[in-house]
Amino acid sequence: MTMKWSQWALVAGALAIPAMVNAMPPTPAMLSNACAGCHGVHGASAGPSMPSLSNQSKVAIVEAMKKFKSGERPSTVMGRLAKGYSDADFEAMGEFFAKQKIHFTQQTLDAAKVAKGAALQEKNCQRCHLEDGKEGKDDSPVMASQWLPYMQIQMDQYLSGKRKMPEKMAEKVKPLSKEELDALLHFYASVKK
Amino acid sequence: MTLDRRSFIKMIGGASTAALAGCAGAPAVSSGAAAELMPKSSGRRVVVVGGGYGGTIAARYVRMLDASIEVVLIERNKEYVSCPFSNYYLGGLIKDLSPLTIGYDKLAANHGIKMVYAEVTGIDPAAKVVTTNSGTLTYDRLILSPGIDFRNEEIEGYTEEASHVMPHAWKAGPQTIALRKQLLDMRDGGNVIISMPLVPYRCPPGPYERTCMIAHYLKQHKPKSKLFLLDANPDVVAKKPLFMKAWNTYYKDIVSYVPAKKVTKVDAATKTLFVEGIEDHKADVVNFIPPQRAGHIAVAAGLVGEDKKWCPVNATTFESTLHKGIHVIGDASIAGAMPKSGYSANSEAKVCATNVVALMNGKETVELSGINVCYSAINDHESISVAGVYKVADGKIIGVPNSGGISPVDFSQTKLEHIYAESWLKNILTEMST
Ligand SMILES: Cc1cc2nc3c(=O)[nH]c(=O)nc-3n(C[C@H](O)[C@H](O)[C@H](O)COP(=O)(O)OP(=O)(O)OC[C@H]3O[C@@H](n4cnc5c(N)ncnc54)[C@H](O)[C@@H]3O)c2cc1C
Ligand code: HEC
Ligand code: HEC
Repeated sequence: MTMKWSQWALVAGALAIPAMVNAMPPTPAMLSNACAGCHGVHGASAGPSMPSLSNQSKVAIVEAMKKFKSGERPSTVMGRLAKGYSDADFEAMGEFFAKQKIHFTQQTLDAAKVAKGAALQEKNCQRCHLEDGKEGKDDSPVMASQWLPYMQIQMDQYLSGKRKMPEKMAEKVKPLSKEELDALLHFYASVKK
Repeated sequence: MTLDRRSFIKMIGGASTAALAGCAGAPAVSSGAAAELMPKSSGRRVVVVGGGYGGTIAARYVRMLDASIEVVLIERNKEYVSCPFSNYYLGGLIKDLSPLTIGYDKLAANHGIKMVYAEVTGIDPAAKVVTTNSGTLTYDRLILSPGIDFRNEEIEGYTEEASHVMPHAWKAGPQTIALRKQLLDMRDGGNVIISMPLVPYRCPPGPYERTCMIAHYLKQHKPKSKLFLLDANPDVVAKKPLFMKAWNTYYKDIVSYVPAKKVTKVDAATKTLFVEGIEDHKADVVNFIPPQRAGHIAVAAGLVGEDKKWCPVNATTFESTLHKGIHVIGDASIAGAMPKSGYSANSEAKVCATNVVALMNGKETVELSGINVCYSAINDHESISVAGVYKVADGKIIGVPNSGGISPVDFSQTKLEHIYAESWLKNILTEMST
């Protein structure tokens, strides 16, 4: 029987490019580099509203991705993207970004608010957002040097009830005024070194 | 084959001169006409052609992944103007193109990339030599991201001159400025036409975003004017429910969407477009976007497939299926389900760089995992988006099932997306230029 042209093309193609057969599944870097167009190289966002992912805690990333995927956490675009990945992918990406060095952002901040926030954080937030927000604890995200506009959007979503606040965090957040909360976010945005 | 007969003869003619000049170490054939620009410094060299959304990232990531590989980036212009957000300028959302303009100095310095500002005129895949208007370069692997050029010959009467009278503004820069100027100079009550080609073309949502942006400008400054979008396609090809809603909600009295209007002939003198010999349309400002193909150099190098338009590539390495050692990314390539966008070019560049480095080190290649997101502004404070996640299945790039999609049609996210879109631009241009 004679081979159809298209079949010949297939055979020829397979011979010409053996690499295709050997390709290994996407590595953590392959998965994560695709995110950089929005989140910056290795998760170091140039801002001002896209969050940095570099040095974020692995658990916080994995949990965020799962909640984006299920719709539990509201999002503009992350829900649509998270649906393209498995839990194993989330682990790989979480690990990739967690081991990148922290990206200290350059933001213009109101010094008075920063000082006010610094005075408030120890009593209210430090239990979970450890070390001036430089360390995550369980699923509490790292917030040190995070972009202020991003954190303000998130705080708005918590306060409006669109994003569900962890109960213990809500206990601390609810008694505070909007000004106090904004001062706290200024503080976290200001953290360097 | 890369060289047409004329340039080949020219080359042979030049050979003796080159020999006299003592073109030492230059490879056979292609070295004849021009001297070797930059002898290889180390053992291995990747040459990247095109410093746009794809090329800058490919050059950067090859160096980031393996600094022992020499990378030369060849680009014809000293500055690059981003097409993404150039519609903002047409809508008056930004005052000039400076936020969209990047140079290459920092990128080159930070990553040790060697810049060559020249026009690539030929590629010899057998000898692994790139010819430019200022000399030749040898390579071990070549990454080509030349973007698009226009199929002028398919449009009767469409010349270089016509493209100035009826700017396409589909490569950002002087064309964008010319179109904006025409809009500013137009009288209130004048008519505007945008004419767009059949798929596939660069940036599927681009013409529809442009419709919103020009209508936004007209609504404020020329409220008696009308805008007609002549779409060669039978229907809106991107983010349809979102764009339809935007036109109906914000620009009902200005925008008319007219499908299935394939322009086959133009008359620049009277700014008239002819639709398949049956009707003609005239306007005060005509934004004629011609049909497209891979950048000329890809055609000249014999990298386009049977359609004579786009470059078939391996879905993992982006290596041309027609010429070994040459990888094609971005708009010029056929990347399966990934659309011709800046984000796709960025994502493809990283996949390609990863695998070029793997191949050069004799390592296993890595399967593609890709993303595309395109934001489109619908007015000065709202944007919409389409998103996709991509993988390889049976040797083809496909969208991951049940992922991606468009923004909610209730417009509940448009204001936030407008804010995030600006940060997208900031991040992606930073990645390209630092
Ligand atoms: C109006 C408009 C809006 C858009 N909006 C978006 C958007 O919001 N988001 C998005 O993701 N995409 C958008 N795009 C699409 C995006 O611009 C392209 O998909 C992207 O630029 C493709 O990248 P590339 O590397 O293939 O080509 P390009 O970015 O065009 O780069 C090609 C480079 O190669 C150089 N070059 C070509 N040939 C040669 C040669 N022979 N010698 C030397 N240099 C050469 C060119 O000078 C150029 O710098 C938009 C496009 C348009 C027109
Ligand atoms: C189109 C731009 C875009 C791309 C691409 C993108 N993101 Fe996001 N990301 C966002 C935006 C915007 C938010 C805020 C939530 C929202 O509105 O979707 C966000 C939020 C996040 C957060 C929450 C951060 C925090 O501190 O709360 C994580 C984690 C995240 N993204 C991970 C990723 C990963 C992993 C990828 C790649 C697979 C990715 N993103 C790709 C735009 C993007
Ligand atoms: C009991 C632990 C706890 C306390 C106390 C707490 N947080 Fe949180 N915080 C969390 C967790 C867990 C998350 C992520 C949960 C989620 O998915 O929404 C979070 C998320 C956030 C975010 C979103 C960050 C991002 O990257 O998306 C902000 C902003 C924030 N907290 C601010 C505060 C402030 C300000 C305080 C003090 C007033 C505070 N938190 C106190 C546990 C805590």
